[in-house]
Amino acid sequence: MSKRIEVRDLNVFYGSFQAVADVSLTIEPKTVTAFIGPSGCGKSTFLRTLNRMHEVIPGARVEGEVLIDGENLYAPNTDPVEVRRQVGMVFQRPNPFPTMSIRDNVLAGVKLNNKKLSKSESDELVKRSLQGANLWKEVKDRLDKPGSGLSGGQQQRLCIARAIAVAPDVLLMDEPCSALDPISTLAIEDLIDELKNDYTIVIVTHNMQQASRVSDKTAFFNIDGTGLPGRLIEYGDTTTIFERPTVQATEDYISGRFG
Amino acid sequence: MTTLLSTPTPARKLSRGTMWSVLALSVLLSFGFFSLLVLGGASTDFNIVGAVLLAAIIYVALSFVMSRIVEGRRKATDRLATGLVTSAFVVALLPLISLVYTAVSNGLNRFDGDFFNSSMRNVVGQGGGGLHAIIGTLEITAAATLISVPIGIMTAVYLVEYGTGRLSRAITVLVDVMTGIPSIVAGLFAFALFALFFGPGIRFGIGGAVALSVLMIPVVVRSTEEMLKIVPNELREASLALGVPKWATVVKVVLPTAIGGIITGVMIAISRIIGETAPLLIICGMSTSMNYNLFSDRMATLPVFVYTQYSNQGTDTQAYLDRAWTGALVLILIVMVLNILARILSKVLAPKGTR
Ligand SMILES: Nc1ncnc2c1ncn2[C@@H]1O[C@H](COP(=O)(O)OP(=O)(O)OP(=O)(O)O)[C@@H](O)[C@H]1O
Ligand SMILES: [Mg+2]
Repeated sequence: MSKRIEVRDLNVFYGSFQAVADVSLTIEPKTVTAFIGPSGCGKSTFLRTLNRMHEVIPGARVEGEVLIDGENLYAPNTDPVEVRRQVGMVFQRPNPFPTMSIRDNVLAGVKLNNKKLSKSESDELVKRSLQGANLWKEVKDRLDKPGSGLSGGQQQRLCIARAIAVAPDVLLMDEPCSALDPISTLAIEDLIDELKNDYTIVIVTHNMQQASRVSDKTAFFNIDGTGLPGRLIEYGDTTTIFERPTVQATEDYISGRFG
Repeated sequence: MTTLLSTPTPARKLSRGTMWSVLALSVLLSFGFFSLLVLGGASTDFNIVGAVLLAAIIYVALSFVMSRIVEGRRKATDRLATGLVTSAFVVALLPLISLVYTAVSNGLNRFDGDFFNSSMRNVVGQGGGGLHAIIGTLEITAAATLISVPIGIMTAVYLVEYGTGRLSRAITVLVDVMTGIPSIVAGLFAFALFALFFGPGIRFGIGGAVALSVLMIPVVVRSTEEMLKIVPNELREASLALGVPKWATVVKVVLPTAIGGIITGVMIAISRIIGETAPLLIICGMSTSMNYNLFSDRMATLPVFVYTQYSNQGTDTQAYLDRAWTGALVLILIVMVLNILARILSKVLAPKGTR
């Protein structure tokens, strides 16, 4: 189910402003990759190019290639909607659909795409996804209550359940724990560890401990100054990046001697 | 803590009872003054609006002075601001109450079974009713709503979700211009339009619906646009990121999230047009008989009914005036019922959450 991502010479623009320049890297299947770097260096921007969510913003465009198991996402005949079904995304702020119950939120990806499921199939899918997101025990008695009535951490796990319910190959997470308490954060980190068995996971985080705890590989992005594009500085095994970084900027950043 | 608490501030405070007495005193003073004016012959009618206004002024002034003496400056300013805001509210409410009072007291005379059971066919003088006008208003307003709501909502969806650049800016300007069209011009437009196809002198209900749509569409577009704009972008992105196509995102996520506000907007638009007289006078004309068919013949509507009853009073003047007032009252009631229905509907459909 999980797939390899290859990025080649990617340049990302907002109108005439170049936000990310010359990124090339390869992400192996069934691994967790962490993106770290100072604010504004283009981590979210780059992440969003991996499932073609970047182009949702007016004026935004991408140059270069992103290959998922050899298929170029940015080939002219690739359907972005199809790409987003394969590459799921969890956002920084939990965003359950306020009009839907917990159950419908989990089924949203299926229902909004007009796929018909029998009652038992959808019950099964809801249960499996919520269990996968470590939320089943907390909500199994109130599946018909609105999703926006959950706590922030529960909402975020609901969003993860919603993302994995459509069975993507890759899961992108943009600072999924930044609005959460330490306990919910740990729950989600454990969850990432489990999800790794089935999915390729890419996570953006500002938390160094988190990056070193959950990820197999780490990519450090940096920016030379305002108005300049962000670049990939160093990419490698998490232990290497955190213990023996080869670039001075990386060492400064992870040891907190930055800027 | 101790230093803060030990500052010797006497906890003197004006009690609720005192304030109510002050209010009663102000009302008494003001009403007494205006009664004296009437008794003394300075004016013929008791001026209720003036009395309420004066009472409010006396109350605000009295409570400010008393509070300044007893409670100190900060509390007094607070009372002054509260008093001013409350009296502004009362003043704004006065015309409304007076209007409802007039309409009800005058309209009740003919608020009977006959009014809801008969038309004005072959009626001169007493009797008769407004059923034909009620039916006409309901049918024409419903038709106008059916035309305007889809067009208006789709335009707003285009402007917010799809439109970029010159075309959407042009549409926005046009909608703004449409908002300012005088209603008589809308009537003339519909008349001219249908005269092209059916010859001059055409009169029918659907023409009125078209004229009203011209007035209604911009209101629907504007309010729907505002409601769509406040749907958080995160919801759109969440849906798109699930691999849901854009159109399905708009139809199944954005519109349902905004539906409560959209319904309220449509309701405001209906209230705006249901009382229109001028355009209907031109394109629907007036009729004294029942006409259920929107597509042929003149059709009566409540505003035009009220207008003709008032302007062509027969020999039995009072009968005509009574019918006019009852017509007005029924119109107000219809708007009120629609308002309540819309509120219930938007409550039921609106997103339920913790907000
Ligand atoms: N919608 C947008 N339009 C124009 N420029 C944008 C937009 N979003 C981001 N940018 C710019 O692109 C650059 C990279 O932003 P991005 O959000 O990717 O940073 P980030 O690394 O995710 O930062 P953070 O850690 O604070 O989330 C910034 O200079 C930002 O100002
Ligand atoms: Mg970011």
